[in-house]
Amino acid sequence: MRRMPPERAADYYPIAYPALMLGLFFVVPFAIMLAISFFQRVQGGFYEPAFTFANYGRFLSVFFGEVLVFSLVLAALVSAVCLLLGVPFTYFLTKLSRKAQVFWLVALLGVLSLSEVIIGFAWSTLLSRTAGLSNLLVAIGFMDRPDAWTPGFGAVLTGLVYQAFPYTVLVLYPSFSRLDPSLMEASRTLGASPLKAFFTVVLPVLRKTLIATFIIVFIFALGAYLLPQILGRPQHWTLSVLITDQAVYQSNMPFAAAMAVFLVVASLSLVLVVAALNRKGAGQ
Amino acid sequence: MSGLELNRITKRFGAVAAVDDVSLTVPQGTFVCLLGPSGCGKTTLLRMIAGLEDPTSGEISIDGEPLNDTPAHKRDFGMVFQSLALFPHLSVGENIAYPLRIRGRPSSEQASRVKELLELVHLPGIEKRAVTQLSGGQRQRVAIARALAVSPKLFLLDEPLSALDAKLREAMQVELRQLQQQLGITTIVVTHDQREAMSMSDQIVVMSEGRIQQMARPIDMYRNPANAFVADFLGQANLIDARADGPDALVPGGRIPGLSLACPGSRISVRPEDVVVTTAENGSIRARVGFIRDMGASIEIHLDGEGVRYVAIASPQARPDCRVGDTVGLSIPAEACVVFESGKG
Repeated sequence: MRRMPPERAADYYPIAYPALMLGLFFVVPFAIMLAISFFQRVQGGFYEPAFTFANYGRFLSVFFGEVLVFSLVLAALVSAVCLLLGVPFTYFLTKLSRKAQVFWLVALLGVLSLSEVIIGFAWSTLLSRTAGLSNLLVAIGFMDRPDAWTPGFGAVLTGLVYQAFPYTVLVLYPSFSRLDPSLMEASRTLGASPLKAFFTVVLPVLRKTLIATFIIVFIFALGAYLLPQILGRPQHWTLSVLITDQAVYQSNMPFAAAMAVFLVVASLSLVLVVAALNRKGAGQ
Repeated sequence: MSGLELNRITKRFGAVAAVDDVSLTVPQGTFVCLLGPSGCGKTTLLRMIAGLEDPTSGEISIDGEPLNDTPAHKRDFGMVFQSLALFPHLSVGENIAYPLRIRGRPSSEQASRVKELLELVHLPGIEKRAVTQLSGGQRQRVAIARALAVSPKLFLLDEPLSALDAKLREAMQVELRQLQQQLGITTIVVTHDQREAMSMSDQIVVMSEGRIQQMARPIDMYRNPANAFVADFLGQANLIDARADGPDALVPGGRIPGLSLACPGSRISVRPEDVVVTTAENGSIRARVGFIRDMGASIEIHLDGEGVRYVAIASPQARPDCRVGDTVGLSIPAEACVVFESGKG
C-alpha cells in the first residue's frame, strides 16, 4: 500500500476517533487544570475565575524546589533499581521453559492486582521492629536485636520498587523474548564470555527498550502519593503527596493545579532530554 | 594428528539421541560438508564442535588437544550462523572488529585487519555502513569476514547460504570454496543442499537420524553410495528391486543383462543419466513415457515400467525421440548399477 499525504478533510477520518478520545479525556482535562492553575482561591470556599500567577509564585520557593528535586531523584532511583533487578530477571526468565515463563508472568500480574494501600501496609509491617523481617535476621544470628526500618527513605524506595517491578518486567519481556539467541551464541564463538556477551551484545541491542522502560517506570514512580505517606517521614513526601494534600485536605485547587502543571512540564522535559540523548547516541 | 577428531560423540535431548555415536576425522585444511535432511543431527554436531552444546558422551579434540572442557569463547573457532547473527547495533567495521575488540587488540590493528578482511570478501570500503543497509549477499560476506577475523583454527558454517536466492547461492558456493583454498583453513559446512555439498567439499558426510551414513569424496559418494538413503539423498537415483536370474538381473519391465546378483533379491541404484531411452526393440526394459521435463540443458523423462517409476536424464544432443504415452525401451549398463543387500537401506 502506498501512503499518500492527506489532501482533503475527508482523508483525515481514520484518525477522527483517536483524536476525539484523546481530546475528550486528555486535552480537555489538562486544559481545565491549566485554567484552574491561574484561578484564585476563595478562603473557606472553592475558587473563582481570575488570571493570576500567584499560585506559581508561591511554588517558586526553596521548600517546593527541594520537594520537586527529591521527587525526581526518587523516581529516577526507583527506575534505576527496577532496571538493575528487572533486566537480569527478565533475561533469565526468557531462558526458562514456556510453562515456567507463564507461571512467573502470572505471578507478576498478581502483584499488579494488589492495591497500593495493601502494598504499603504489608511493607510497613514487614519492615517494622515488632513483627518485621529484622526479627528473622535476629533469629538466624545476623543481627543483635530487631530494628525498625520504617518509616524511612529505604522503606519508601523498597515499596515503590516492589510496586513498579512487575511493570518493568512486563515492558522488558517482549523485547527480551524476541531477541535472537544466535546473537549471544555468535558473540560467544567470537571470544566473549557469557557475561561479556551480555554487556557487549544483549544490553546494547536492547538499548531502546531499556530507555523506554526507564521512562515508563520513572513516570509511574513520579505519580506515587500513597506509599511515601505510609512508609516515609514528611521529608520523604513527594510532590504528588503535596498536590493531594493541597487538593483534598486544604481545598486549594488552584495551587494544586499549578503544582501538577509544573510536575507535568518538569517530567515531560526530562523525558524529551532523554529521548534526544538517545537519538544522538544512536546516530553515532 | 593434526585436524579435528570426534570420537564416539552422542548427544541426547531427553530420550531422543540427536547425534548417535558419531566418529569423524577432519584433517587439517580440508573442506567437509555435513549433509542430511532436517533433524538428522548435523546442526547439533556442528554446535558441539563450536562448544555451544555439550556432548552427552564422547570426545572432541583438535590437533590432539581435548576440547570437551573448553568453553565456546576459548576455542578460537569462527562460526557463521544460519541467521548470520550480525550485531544490529554495530556498523560493518565494528561487527568485523568485534572479536578483536573482545581480545583487546589495539584499534590500529583492528582497523587494518577489518580493511584486509573486507578486501578478502570483495567488499572494500564499507566499514561505516550499518548492517541493516546491506543486501543479503553482502551480509553473508560480512558474517564470513567476522568469523575469519582472528584467523581461526576451524571455520564452521551452519546453512550459511540458505537465505540467498538460487543464483547468488551458486556464486557464493564457488567463492566460499575459493576462499577456503586460498586460506587453507579447515572448514565444516552444514547443509541440506546436495548441490552445495557436491560443489564445495573435499569430503561429504551424509547423516541420517543422528548417524553417519557415509563419508567419502563427493564424486566417489555419487558413483558409489553406501546405501539406498545416500543414493537417494545425494542427487537423483532410481532405486529398483531386482531378482537374480542366472547371469542377469530381473527388474520390473525387463532385465539388466550382465548384472549378476549375489543375493536372489537385491535393491539396486541407477543414476538417471545412466538410463538410456531407446526404441522398444533395442532396450532390455519396456516402459511407458509418463512425463517429459525439458529443462533446456537436460531432458528428464519419467517412465513407468510395470508400475515402477524410472527416471532418465538425457542431454539435448541425445534427445530421445518419444512422446508422452509412447512405449519405449530402456537400457541400463550393468556397470552403472550399485547393488545393496536386500532389506538394507
